[in-house]
Amino acid sequence: MSTIPTPAPQDAATPIVIVGHVDHGKSTLIGRLLYDTDSLPEGRVAQIIESSKKRGLTVEWSFLLDSLQIERDQGVTVDSTRIPFRLGTRQFVIVDAPGHRQFLRNMITGAADAEAAVLVVDANEGAQEQTRRHAMLLRLIGIRHVIVLMNKVDILDYDQKKIEAAERDITALLHQLEIEPTVFVPASAREGDNMASRSDKMPWYKGPTLTEALAAVPAPSSRADLPLRLPVQDVYRFDTKRIVVGRIERGRIRVGDEVVIGVHGARARIATIESWHTAPQVAAIAGQSVAVTLEPDVIPDRGDFLYPASAAPLRAARIRTRLFWLRQEPLRVGESFKLRLATAEHQVTVAAIDSVVRLEDLTEHPAEEVPPEGFAEITLAVSETMLFDAFVPGTSDGRGVLVDRNQQIVGGAPLIGVAESVAGRNAIHPTGSAVSVWDRAQAKGHRGGVFWMTGLPGAGKSTLARGAETRLFSRGVDVSVLDGDTLRAGLCSDLGFSEADRRENVRRAAAVARILAESGQVVIVALISPTIADRELARQIVGEGFHEIFIDTPQATCEQRDPKGLYAAARAGKIEGFTGIDAPYEAPVKPDLRLETAHASSDETAARLAAFIGEETRLDGATRRQKS
Amino acid sequence: MDDLDQLEAQSIFILREAYRKLKPLAMLWSLGKDSNVMLWLARKAFLGNVPFPVMHVDTGKKFPEMYRFRDEYSKKWNLELLLGDCPPVEDIDPTLPPAARSAARKTAGLAAMIDKYKLAGVIAGIRRDEQATRAKERVFSPRGAGHKWDVRNQPPEFWDQYATPHEPGMHVRVHPLLSWREIDIWRYIEREGIPLVDLYFAKDGKRYRSLGDQDITSPVESNATTVAEVIAELETSRTSERAGRAMDHESEDAFERLRVAGYL
Repeated sequence: MSTIPTPAPQDAATPIVIVGHVDHGKSTLIGRLLYDTDSLPEGRVAQIIESSKKRGLTVEWSFLLDSLQIERDQGVTVDSTRIPFRLGTRQFVIVDAPGHRQFLRNMITGAADAEAAVLVVDANEGAQEQTRRHAMLLRLIGIRHVIVLMNKVDILDYDQKKIEAAERDITALLHQLEIEPTVFVPASAREGDNMASRSDKMPWYKGPTLTEALAAVPAPSSRADLPLRLPVQDVYRFDTKRIVVGRIERGRIRVGDEVVIGVHGARARIATIESWHTAPQVAAIAGQSVAVTLEPDVIPDRGDFLYPASAAPLRAARIRTRLFWLRQEPLRVGESFKLRLATAEHQVTVAAIDSVVRLEDLTEHPAEEVPPEGFAEITLAVSETMLFDAFVPGTSDGRGVLVDRNQQIVGGAPLIGVAESVAGRNAIHPTGSAVSVWDRAQAKGHRGGVFWMTGLPGAGKSTLARGAETRLFSRGVDVSVLDGDTLRAGLCSDLGFSEADRRENVRRAAAVARILAESGQVVIVALISPTIADRELARQIVGEGFHEIFIDTPQATCEQRDPKGLYAAARAGKIEGFTGIDAPYEAPVKPDLRLETAHASSDETAARLAAFIGEETRLDGATRRQKS
Repeated sequence: MDDLDQLEAQSIFILREAYRKLKPLAMLWSLGKDSNVMLWLARKAFLGNVPFPVMHVDTGKKFPEMYRFRDEYSKKWNLELLLGDCPPVEDIDPTLPPAARSAARKTAGLAAMIDKYKLAGVIAGIRRDEQATRAKERVFSPRGAGHKWDVRNQPPEFWDQYATPHEPGMHVRVHPLLSWREIDIWRYIEREGIPLVDLYFAKDGKRYRSLGDQDITSPVESNATTVAEVIAELETSRTSERAGRAMDHESEDAFERLRVAGYL
């Protein structure tokens, strides 16, 4: 029989993220570190040597991490990866974050849970764009412990003056971000200087080696002693018991404790802590996924916080937040999202862009929009009062995330606090209506919605829009048409036909359509809107209830009809930039409805359009959707 | 909380998210040690119940001990068991190396089950430390049309917020064991007393460290006959867990090609 004792409980591994500009040596550093600390499985080193040989290189440490074929072929790390390693008795997990700018979201994915970061800087090149970007992210995701590794000092001949000059620049940069680096380690990852063993080439350096600096990273502080936050994840009904489940984000619970539930503030007592195949519990602490029953048997919703009456979260319907924006398109005021906070989800609108960070020097400036993958401070208007705690590094407080209509994460939002109402050019205050969407729909007998018709000039958009309008109105539908020419005669009379003006035209049409649709109307928009980007902008502004309808008429037919004589004029060179003649039309790839007009009467087509709109705005359609 | 408590709590959180957000949902049960741990965690998350079906995609080439284990525990644990079979190897991409081609049968069988049951979520017991390509995975990993894994275009995933797209033809692979290591699995098995197929324990100086199809899995040299002995052995071992899995080693990119196509 076995005489081997069961291993003692271990501490969880400390996650360390490695960040820095591309080619500053992150992967080499990790490969070298694993080799020096003897952390490689057998066969792995042989694999690297084999791979390096195949490519005619001497041993390339970074191949360890660049394990995907595509990465090796391109010479960049595509995604973050995690590698366990051990220093003495302590377990670490190295999170490798890629340096390529377009892979920002992978870096965040890897870095968000890290306890500490190693910022790798090529001592010769100094801070580069991604050095600044990554440092900014370290601040926004709340990593407090930053080790700066000044890499490639062999190229500076290990010269103290040059290395310290480079350090001063980095110190100044981090200072701007309120990051106080724990230590600077001058090193050469490739040569192994000051990695796991002290370099004899820099006798002037008295600080720790990289492994010594890692070993000194403090263990995560316990969140168990903070006031309770238990976000409800789900409510189950097994047998006859109603069971509330969730993970304790901070604090602790004990059977008998009184808790307040969510924004409505009902009170209940923790009656039991339920479990399976675990010793019966009367208490649980932060980090544990628990199941509890409540007395009285109130039914919380997913997203409700359970918290102590003595330490309630903040409560607001306007919130100021920092933002790291992950989309490749800019963010503008008026766009709507869901804000996820722990297990809650709230409808929010960007009410103001308070400032945007300029990446060249990390200073904050007023701006109209947040650039693609930019950093900013914004104000969010929430559709209802919500509970939250302000972001605190090292806890899960205030970790807001913005998701779009497709449940895709588009940004991280460390919540700062309740937004003050300030007057100013950029400060707007959308008010939430007390009349709900459902109330309006009930009163009107149908739901609101936007039906965005796109197609070539002369395709028949306006004719069909008016035809459908008449049909719908006669059935009692509250319907209106926003037509390109009508808009240009009034609201958009200041706009010409440049690309910027066309886009602005689309933006205004979409903004008006949204207001009307929110008031419960059915809005038919007839606008050439020739590019996919135009329609995407409209879709984003309108949000839920946007339908794209493609009036698919062959150009020859449009030109033959030419109701306004525009094709003739364009052919004669009297109009420039005419869609279909000398400006492109990008047909929708997957419209919600495609209407081919060439072989049907306009009456028939208008009837089809009216039927589609009728179906999409049906009342019971709304119920069906809410349930799904 | 020690490290196993933390891993357990995180996995339970993930399973509860999947159950809440993805319907219909099913869990893959390969009958191996990892999927037994995963099933155990599901019973912890749902207080003794497994509120979704478990699926065994059967290549028809598993060890007899594994089939016996399946039949015994699916009854004992009151599981709703869905069985699916795999197409013959002749139907599989002939450009794959032989073992990978054989393994790809399971991908095709799984795809057919996902389509048949119109699954929005599939829970799978892969771990980052098993294989370099798996290290790149997300906890919630969306699969597009044709079940393809778009490794170069994965969603951001941080602060415990997961992508849960609801588009026709898409499903999400959920990976509650992603952060576990091989030794954590064994320590948890020891702590909880989770039953296993006895192929994992040494007989005549050999045991299986990882279980796949009979013809493409080989045992490793070992004298470990108990869970505790396996743990002790792993603490000094330097070879990789999947060393006995032929398809991982046929060519540099064979395993990645398998995974992009939907292999686990």
